[in-house]
Amino acid sequence: MNADFTAEELAFKEEVRTFLKNEFPADLKAKVDASVRLGKEEMVRWQKILYEKGWAAPTWPVEHGGTGWTHTQCHIFATEMGLFGAPEPIPFGIKMVAPVIMAYGTEEQKQRFLPDILASNVWWCQGYSEPNAGSDLASLKTSAERQGDHYIVNGSKTWNTLGQYADWIFCLVRTDNTVKKQEGISFLLIDMKSPGITIKPIELIDGFAEVNEIFFDEVRVPVENLIGEENKGWTYAKVLLTHERTSIAGVPRSKRRLKALRKLAAATDDGLGEFMSENPSFNKRIAEVEIELQALEYSELRTLAALNVGKAPGPESSILKIVGTVLAQRIDELFLELAGYNALPYVPEQFEAGFDGMPLGPGTTASTALTYFNNRKQSIYGGSNEVQRNIICKAVLGL
Amino acid sequence: MDFSYSEVQQMLQSQVQKFVRERYDFETRNALVASEKGYSEEFWKLFAELGWLAVPFTEEEGGLGGSAIDLMVMMEEFGKANLVEPYTANAVLAGTAVAQLAEGPGKQDLVNSIMAGERQLALAYLEPQSRYNPFNVETLAVAEGDIVKINGSKTGVLGGAVADQFIVIAREFGETRDRNGLSAFLVDAEAEGVIRRNYPTVDGKRAAELEFANLRIATNARLGIAGEAATGLQLAVDKATVSACAEAVGALEVLLQKTVEYTKTRKQFGTAIATFQALQHRMADMFIECQLARSIVIMAAMALDSQEGEKEKTRAVSAAKSRLGKAIKVIGQEAIQIHGGIGMTNELDVGHLFKRVTALDLQFGDGEYHTERYASL
Ligand SMILES: Cc1cc2nc3c(=O)[nH]c(=O)nc-3n(C[C@H](O)[C@H](O)[C@H](O)COP(=O)(O)OP(=O)(O)OC[C@H]3O[C@@H](n4cnc5c(N)ncnc54)[C@H](O)[C@@H]3O)c2cc1C
Repeated sequence: MNADFTAEELAFKEEVRTFLKNEFPADLKAKVDASVRLGKEEMVRWQKILYEKGWAAPTWPVEHGGTGWTHTQCHIFATEMGLFGAPEPIPFGIKMVAPVIMAYGTEEQKQRFLPDILASNVWWCQGYSEPNAGSDLASLKTSAERQGDHYIVNGSKTWNTLGQYADWIFCLVRTDNTVKKQEGISFLLIDMKSPGITIKPIELIDGFAEVNEIFFDEVRVPVENLIGEENKGWTYAKVLLTHERTSIAGVPRSKRRLKALRKLAAATDDGLGEFMSENPSFNKRIAEVEIELQALEYSELRTLAALNVGKAPGPESSILKIVGTVLAQRIDELFLELAGYNALPYVPEQFEAGFDGMPLGPGTTASTALTYFNNRKQSIYGGSNEVQRNIICKAVLGL
Repeated sequence: MDFSYSEVQQMLQSQVQKFVRERYDFETRNALVASEKGYSEEFWKLFAELGWLAVPFTEEEGGLGGSAIDLMVMMEEFGKANLVEPYTANAVLAGTAVAQLAEGPGKQDLVNSIMAGERQLALAYLEPQSRYNPFNVETLAVAEGDIVKINGSKTGVLGGAVADQFIVIAREFGETRDRNGLSAFLVDAEAEGVIRRNYPTVDGKRAAELEFANLRIATNARLGIAGEAATGLQLAVDKATVSACAEAVGALEVLLQKTVEYTKTRKQFGTAIATFQALQHRMADMFIECQLARSIVIMAAMALDSQEGEKEKTRAVSAAKSRLGKAIKVIGQEAIQIHGGIGMTNELDVGHLFKRVTALDLQFGDGEYHTERYASL
């Protein structure tokens, strides 16, 4: 048993590091370090840099512009990105819709959609959830009725992350009402410019409208936008869910944040003449998270090793999702504890370009509470942590 | 032994409940948060008329007795409504500082103007380096004849954005963290040498950062004896801490109640999500947290009203704030989690209550700080 990287893998790691150091834009780095959200232009700018390098979609097959890297290399790449603070590309195109198109789309669909996804020319959003279909996704009601060579789509989707920027949306829609609920669902790609689509922003508790409700009123979608077979959409979506779960734990990101936390603690007065970095009980709380993170990291590596010998990731990904999100949230709490009163000011405009007022709160603590609030989402979306536990109960424990 | 409310307390409670029911719904609050001042001057006047602003003051001071239990009863209702008026900052924190520190006819004038709702006062005591330690003061006050010169900066001044006057804690002698040497000064917000930066807070309230650059005030602006403000300051902070805890108890109770209600109406998998035992037990835990939080705040309020010494009182207050910190995390986070996506939005009051209790956890020292303070006493 060993967890070592080979010499080639180590060399690869250096290559990734050098690339990130040289190519990740400094203005974006500053924002990431201050836990400030990147805008659309900034994300696309970064994704295009990755694209130019040929690293936009490491896990794609080479024929579509992937890298041909091993699972371990993909892991190293994701790790270095996270440690450095370079964001992964927005997942909706590269990680979510593209694999479905590759697996079940026609040749024509592949030609039409994949190059623009790879080059970040088109922004995708995910249209699964509905007001009444959250955890019970299969009960979704948005309907697509076939009329000649079009589907007529009616209904509404919700919680569409960054849908305000989206050019296209991939949807699960109901195409058959008469069968078991999972069996009447289809996978449909819809141009956001189609007449009949309206989009309503939803403001989250950090004050940013990160998600949207999207309404479909008699929207005409050409049948050639259907992926695979009609009524097979649920199967496709499920396959997708077990894919691409390797970086779900967010270990490198959490490691980077713990490092930042320690740095901040060393500069935060404890009010009693020392710094918080000398406070034993605060240090104990950091240590607990760090230990947990190591257990998580090795769980992730074990999953990776299984992937390397061709085993599909199973319910292990549920462990990674639950523990990874809970740890990220725990780190948010530690930041909040450190910031104290400095977390209270709510001046979101100070993070925008062109703000010429005085920033409130010392540096990185200014967005701390907002990050804490916003990250509560992590245990809710992508299959809530309760749903993940249900999966473990059913698929592993046989309950 | 009797934990029931007195008739007067019951009256106070139902009076506040009536006000909230009739005049302070979620939309009203949202409008106030977005308004220029960030609170309602009309309501503030009403609070004065109803005697609510007199609750923290003793009868000798012209108040309603100054009982911490009375205060608790009222703050809990304010907490349920997520009230944005700066009650704790003004009437309790600054009010108690005045009551404890000021002397002579000037004191009564100040107390009267607070009770009449004529004046917004804010206590400026914390500094960038002080974290939660009220005695960690670097702002210097230097007396020169009948003038005092103040230099330094203050942070996290609750209610500071709307204050007409500040009670500024400054050091006249001693080292940075000494109890001795601290004095309190009454300073006009508009005085030359006061630089104020107002900001909204993440929970929809208003606060300020202050800087004093060669601020010159008359020596008679000093409240009480030079260098002896520490004990009064501690009491003011302790009373405000209990006020914050009581407010949190009210807010937590609503978070629990809204969560339970929501799970009964929200259907997934063909059934109300309230039927899932995984969620039921977590709501049972939220209930337990609420009860323990309420109990320990009663304990702390009783301690403040008792004849115990300063140390015993401070210990009881720290016990309460420490325990509240735990309850706030559990109940706040679970309320959002069990609501699912809708809990993450600004559309429901749940999210706003979550933000408010989170801010309350940080004010006057978070749970971890108070556990340590408790252990050190
Ligand atoms: C910030 C954010 C971004 C999102 N982005 C997207 C997106 O881009 N596209 C998209 O399609 N969706 C998105 N979602 C939706 C997300 O996937 C859903 O919120 C999630 O599936 C939960 O659904 P719900 O919100 O309806 O909660 P509900 O399903 O109503 O759940 C409420 C609570 O009940 C629990 N629960 C439900 N069923 C069970 C059970 N059987 N046993 C025990 N507990 C249970 C849940 O875990 C939760 O705690 C996003 C959500 C958020 C908050």
